[in-house]
Amino acid sequence: MIWNSAADFWAMGGYGLYVWGSMGMTFGLMALEMLWVKQARAQALKQVALEIEAAQTPAKEWHS
Amino acid sequence: MSAFVAIVKRDLTLALRRKNEVITAVFFFVVVAALFPLGIGPELNTLRLVAPGILWVGALLASMLSLGRMFAADHADGTLEQMALSPNSLSVLVAAKILAHWLLSGLPLVLLAPLMGLQFDLSTNALWILTLSLLLGTPLLSLIGAIGAALTLGVRGGDVLLSLLVLPLYVPALVFGAGAVEAEISGLGASAHLSILAAMGLVAAVFSPWASAASLRIALES
Amino acid sequence: MFQKLFFYASPQSFYPLAGRLWPLFALAGTALTAWGMWLGMFVAPTDFQQGEGYRIIFVHVPASWMSMVIYLAMAFWALLGLTFNTRLSGMMCRALAPTGAIFAFLSLWTGALWGKPMWGAWWVWDARLTSELILFFLYLGYIALTSAIDDARRADKAGGILALVGALNVPIIYFSVKWWNTLHQGASVSMTKGSSMAQTMLEAMLIMGMAFWLYAIAMALYRVRSIILVRERHVQWVADLPEVQAMRAHALEAQS
Repeated sequence: MIWNSAADFWAMGGYGLYVWGSMGMTFGLMALEMLWVKQARAQALKQVALEIEAAQTPAKEWHS
Repeated sequence: MSAFVAIVKRDLTLALRRKNEVITAVFFFVVVAALFPLGIGPELNTLRLVAPGILWVGALLASMLSLGRMFAADHADGTLEQMALSPNSLSVLVAAKILAHWLLSGLPLVLLAPLMGLQFDLSTNALWILTLSLLLGTPLLSLIGAIGAALTLGVRGGDVLLSLLVLPLYVPALVFGAGAVEAEISGLGASAHLSILAAMGLVAAVFSPWASAASLRIALES
Repeated sequence: MFQKLFFYASPQSFYPLAGRLWPLFALAGTALTAWGMWLGMFVAPTDFQQGEGYRIIFVHVPASWMSMVIYLAMAFWALLGLTFNTRLSGMMCRALAPTGAIFAFLSLWTGALWGKPMWGAWWVWDARLTSELILFFLYLGYIALTSAIDDARRADKAGGILALVGALNVPIIYFSVKWWNTLHQGASVSMTKGSSMAQTMLEAMLIMGMAFWLYAIAMALYRVRSIILVRERHVQWVADLPEVQAMRAHALEAQS
C-alpha cells in the first residue's frame, strides 16, 4: 500500500480536485449511462406493449 | 459529357435568375472581413497576424451557408428524382451540380479575396497565396459540403444540422488553406500546404460525387 | 460457420443472444475495472515528475482509446449495413454511438483536468486533444443526423455514410491538426513523454482500457435490444416475448 493515511489518499498529493474530478465524472457518467439504457428499455417495452394492445383491441375504451 | 455541361448551364441559369443566392455568400464574406477589424482594433500588426485565419474562416462559413440550396430546390420540384432515374450516371450529374455550386459560391470569394486581404494589410505575395489557397480550397469545400447536403436533404433543422456535420470535415482544408498564407507570411513558403490542399481536392473530386449520389439515393428512396 | 453468423444477422435471433451476452460483458468489465483501479490507485507508485496527478491517465487514456475504437466499430457496422443492406448492422451502429460520444466527452474532460495542473491551462490546443474534440463533434453529428430523420432505415443508411466518411477523414484530420500544432509551436508536452512508464502504470492503464471496452460492448448489446424491440414491434415474435406480454398485462392493470 502506498498511502500513509486515508487523508493522503483523498488529497492525492495536492491534486485531489483534478484526480477526483476526473474519476467522479468518469464513473458518474458511466453510471448515468447505465440508468439511461435501463430507462430506454422500459420506454421501448411500454411503447411496444401499448401499440400491440391498441392493434389487437380496437374497440377498447382508452383513458388518456 | 453533354449531360454534365447541360446541368451546369441549367444550375447557373436558374441561380442567376434568383441572384440573391450568389449575393448572400459574397455579402457574408465581405461583412465578416469588415467586422473583424472593427472587433479586434485597427492595429495593422495584429490584423496581419490574424488575417489568414479570419479570411479563410469567413470564406468557409460563406461557402457553408449556401450548401443547403445545392439539392433542395431540385428535390422540392421533383427534378432530383428525374435525375436519379435518368440513364446518366447520378455521380456525373451531382458533380455538375457541385461545379455549379462552386462557380456561384466559391469563385466569387476567390475573386474578392485580394480586396479583402488588403483590408488586413497583407503583402502582395500573401494576397496571391491567399487567392490561390482559396482557389484550391473552395472546390474542396463544395465537394465535402455536397455529401452533407445530400445526407440532410429534407430533414428537419437541416441547415444547422448540415453545419454540424460538415464543420469537422472542413478542418483539414482550413488548416492547410490558412496555413499556406501564414507560411508565406513567415517566409517558409506555401508550396507544401498548397500541394496538400490540391491533393485533398483531387481525392474529394473523385470520391465526393459518388458518395453524394449514394446519399441522394438514400434520401430519395424513403 | 458462416451460416451461424448469418443466423444471428436477423434481429429475432440476435435479441436473445444479446440478452445472454451483455451480463457476461458487464460482469467482466466490472471485475477488470475493480482490478485496474486497485492497481492504479493503490499499487502504482507516485510519478517522479507529475506527482499523484498523473493517475488521471488511468481513465483518460482508456476513454480516448475507446472513443476511437468505438468509432471504428461504428464504421465497420456502417460498411456492413450499407453493403449487405442488413437491418441489424444499422441498429448496432446506432447502439454504439452514445457510448462513444460519452467516452469522447470524458476524454476531453479528464484531459482538461489533467492539463490544468500540468500545463497551467484548462484547455491547450494540443494536437491530440484537438483531434479528440473534432471526434466528439463527429459523434454529435452522427447522433443529431440519425435523430432528425424519422424513417428508421433512411436514418441508419444516412448515418452509415456519415460514419464512414468521418472514419476515412479521421486520419486526415489528425494529420492536419498535428501539422497545424507543430507549426504553431503549441504545447510540446506529451502525456507520457519524460517519464518512462513504470510497469504497474502501464498494466493498470491497459486493464482499464480492456475494462472500458467490455463496458462499451455491454452497453451496446443492452441498447440494441431496445432498438430491436421498437423497430420490430410489428412482427409477431416481439408480441410473443414474455417481457412484452408482462408489460401489456401491466398496462391493462394500469388502465382498469
